[in-house]
Formats: sequence, C-alpha cells, structure tokens
Amino acid sequence: MHESVDDIRIVVTATLRAMLPASVELSDDTNIMRDLGMDSVAVMDFVMETEERLDISVPLDRISEVETIGDLVTTLHDIKTGS
Amino acid sequence: MSLFEKFESLSTQYARLEAIGANPFAITFDRVLSPTEAMIGNSRILLLGTNNYLGLTYDADSIAKAVQATQAFGTGTTGSRIANGSYDGHKKLERALMDFYGRKYAMVFSTGYQANLGIISTLAGKNDHLLLDADSHASIYDGSRLGHAQVTRFRHNDPNDLHKRLRRLADAPGDKIVVVEGIYSMLGDMAPLREFAQVKREWGAYLVVDEAHSLGVLGETGRGLAEMQNVEADVDFIVGTFSKSLGSVGGFCVSNADGFDILRVACRPYMFTASLPPGVVAATMEALHRIRIQPELRQHLMENARRLYSGLAGLGFCLGPEPSPVVSAIMPNPETAFALWSDLLRAGLYTNVSLPPATPNGLALLRSSVSAAHTPQQIDHAIALFEQTGRALGLVPATEATRASHHTAASPSLVGVPSE
Repeated sequence: MHESVDDIRIVVTATLRAMLPASVELSDDTNIMRDLGMDSVAVMDFVMETEERLDISVPLDRISEVETIGDLVTTLHDIKTGS
Repeated sequence: MSLFEKFESLSTQYARLEAIGANPFAITFDRVLSPTEAMIGNSRILLLGTNNYLGLTYDADSIAKAVQATQAFGTGTTGSRIANGSYDGHKKLERALMDFYGRKYAMVFSTGYQANLGIISTLAGKNDHLLLDADSHASIYDGSRLGHAQVTRFRHNDPNDLHKRLRRLADAPGDKIVVVEGIYSMLGDMAPLREFAQVKREWGAYLVVDEAHSLGVLGETGRGLAEMQNVEADVDFIVGTFSKSLGSVGGFCVSNADGFDILRVACRPYMFTASLPPGVVAATMEALHRIRIQPELRQHLMENARRLYSGLAGLGFCLGPEPSPVVSAIMPNPETAFALWSDLLRAGLYTNVSLPPATPNGLALLRSSVSAAHTPQQIDHAIALFEQTGRALGLVPATEATRASHHTAASPSLVGVPSE
C-alpha cells in the first residue's frame, strides 16, 4: 500500500489540502516554501504528517534538499521503497 | 547590496519594527538595578523576561568569589583548554558538577549553546542516528547539523512517535541517541521523561536531556526534571547551562558513561574556543552551592510561577499547558504580540516576543519568565499591567462576567489552539 509514485503524490496532496485554503493550486512544480509560504519548521511539520501516513522516517538532510512537491514525492518514494 | 538580498523579507520585517519604535530584538538596558529591575533611559522597568530563575545575578557571595578569582587569575584565559591549558577553577567546577549530579564525569563548555553543539555533534557519529524532539532548541538542531549522523525528529513530547521511529530503525546499524529537554523554553512545558526512558530502554537507545531551563528549578535538590521524575539512572547524558538559574554564562555535560573524557579531544566546540574566564567560573561554583543550600529559592520561584500563570489565565490569556517559570501567552498573530510587548514596556514591564520558526506550531508568543527574586507584589503588578494593556488591545474582556467565562475557555491547556 502507498508505494507507487502516484499513491505517494496522493498522500502528499491530501496532507497539503488539509492544511491550505482550497483555492491554492498544487502541482509537482509547486515550490513548497516560496509558493505555499511555509518556513523551515512548517515544512518539517508537514513532512511529519506524511511520514505518519507512509510509516517512514525522513532524515532532515533529505528534507532540506526538497524544493518542490515533485522533489518531495520522489524523496518519499525512494525512502518508502528503500531505493 | 546583492550579498544581503537573501534577507530581504527579514529586513523588511525588521525595518517595520524599527519604524514603529518597538523592536524587541534591539532593546538595551542602560542600567540594571537588581535581578528584577532595570533602567531604560529614565524609565524604571520591571524585568519579567530574563530567565534569571533564581535571581542569583546579584548574589553577594557569587560576586565576591568572582572578584577574588579575577584578581588572582586575571580577566580571561586567552585560550582553549586543549591548546592553552585548563585553570584550577575549571577542574574544580567540573568536580562540583559531578558531585551535584552524582555522576563520574563532567565537561564544562563556554556557553550552553556550545554544550549542545559539542555533545550532540560528537556523540552521534557517521553511522549513528539522532532522534530529536520536534520542539528542540536551535542549539540541538545546530548540533545535529554539525555532526554526521542521520537525524530525524519525533512529535513533541510523544513517546509513541519515538517508539515508532526507533522501530523503523530496529535493523539499522549504529547507535540511536534520543534528545529531549527538561522544560521547553517557548511554552514552559515539561517532557514525559519517564515514558521516554521506558522507550529508550526497550530499544537500547541512549538518552540526552537538556536541563537548561530546569536546572535549579525542578527536582528535590534542583537537579532538574530527571530528578523530579525519578529517572536519572536512565538519562545517559545531562546537558545544561550556567546562564539561567546560575546567573552567569557557560554550559556543561555530565554522565556516567565510561570513556566520556575522550570527548575532550574529539569535541570541536569544546576544543576550538576560549575557556570560561576565572571570574565566571568562580561565580558559577558559588551559585551551584546556593542551589544546594537555599532550596527555598525553588519554592519562591514556583510560587511566583503559579501566581503569574493563574493571574494571566484568569485574565483570559491562553497559556502553555502547565505552570512553570516560563509563562507564555499565545497571541493571535505576530502584530498583536509586538503591540502587547511594546505597550507593556511603555507601562514599565519587560517581557519577550517569540515568533516562528523559533516557536512550535507557528505560534506567536508573548513570553514571560519569573524569578525567585520577584516579590508577590511585583508579580501582581505585572498581572495588573497585562490586564490594563491587554484590555486596551481587546485581548482581555472588559467585564468581570465575560472574564469569568474566558477563564474556563483558557484554562491551562493548549487544546483548541490553532496549529496552522
């Protein structure tokens, strides 16, 4: 469960949807800090929500490399599948 | 100038504070009169935001010892303990800490920040795993970045989340090191150390507790939260600072872990910085002695903490989850925090503003810290100023009837606080 890239994108989008106004558009190119107005701690808190849903732990250095939703989906997928 | 362009948003916010003449980040006390009062220009200010928990900054014996040591050993050591040698006082202070905590080893650092930076970056090596409470102080995060271990954070004060994360690491090689704090400096809440200790035992992890805000404050003899919750045997490393309850500056780590002293030649924030000046060391030694012989200071402190906490809760302010020497009022937004802060200062009361990302859950806080040196009258005066300025800003309801209903709504819990 929740292992394909599409599954993970759904988890990420659903997590963000629960935190943001409905009007905000989300795509793989959305820059999480710049476009969504999150600071560094807000990003870590948001990733923590996805960790819970995917039953994984994301090291902080991996989070700091993430800029876009697409980057995050790839990172979470790599960790989930151990690649 | 292009070099500073990356700070543009921060510069704008800072300039706005300067423009309205109320910048908490640039305040200067022209004279300090006592642990609880200072002068800014010609205004006498009641200090309610200094972390001077036991009020020992003007302790006569500490000052006398600092003067004696300065006269005997000079104003500074001009070097690091590794490159330029330790002074007798450094070794005595370490022995005093070992004796106070009942532990075999102690290391003194030049600040509390460096103690966390050094211990966390050095204990956890390349193949090890650091697990940090999400609300950890910047020095803990910075220590984790200085080192080479894999770092993850667990939900604040949540032993179950820690358990899950240690389970995920069950087959991973390397040591697992958990870092939590005694009292969290932003909301004044305490860690459930007993539960954390159980989880760390179950998974064979090491436990580091930063008692910066709880040394001299909690526990029967002032050793902190680990003493209060009777879990000292499970805490492998205690880190702390001299700059709060002990009224000076510096940091330390104590432990029973054999081999600990090798850190002296491996820990860069210990090795590559000047050691504490003799006067600071002597004042700290005396203040540590005060903690031991004046337990009534802790009692006064907690009486004051409860007095302020219940006073502000009674006004309808939404506070941290439990009374502690840190009493933070949760503001609806940063602008309100700045407005209340500057109005309080104008009325003669100094507090702190704390903002994200330094605060948890994006909260804007008007933070106070109480001292054993405050008189009950000073605390009552501070509450009265909160009432007066809070009412003018619409933060405190106008009538007794509405105040009573708010008291219930804002009773000591974070439940219902928006966490956007």
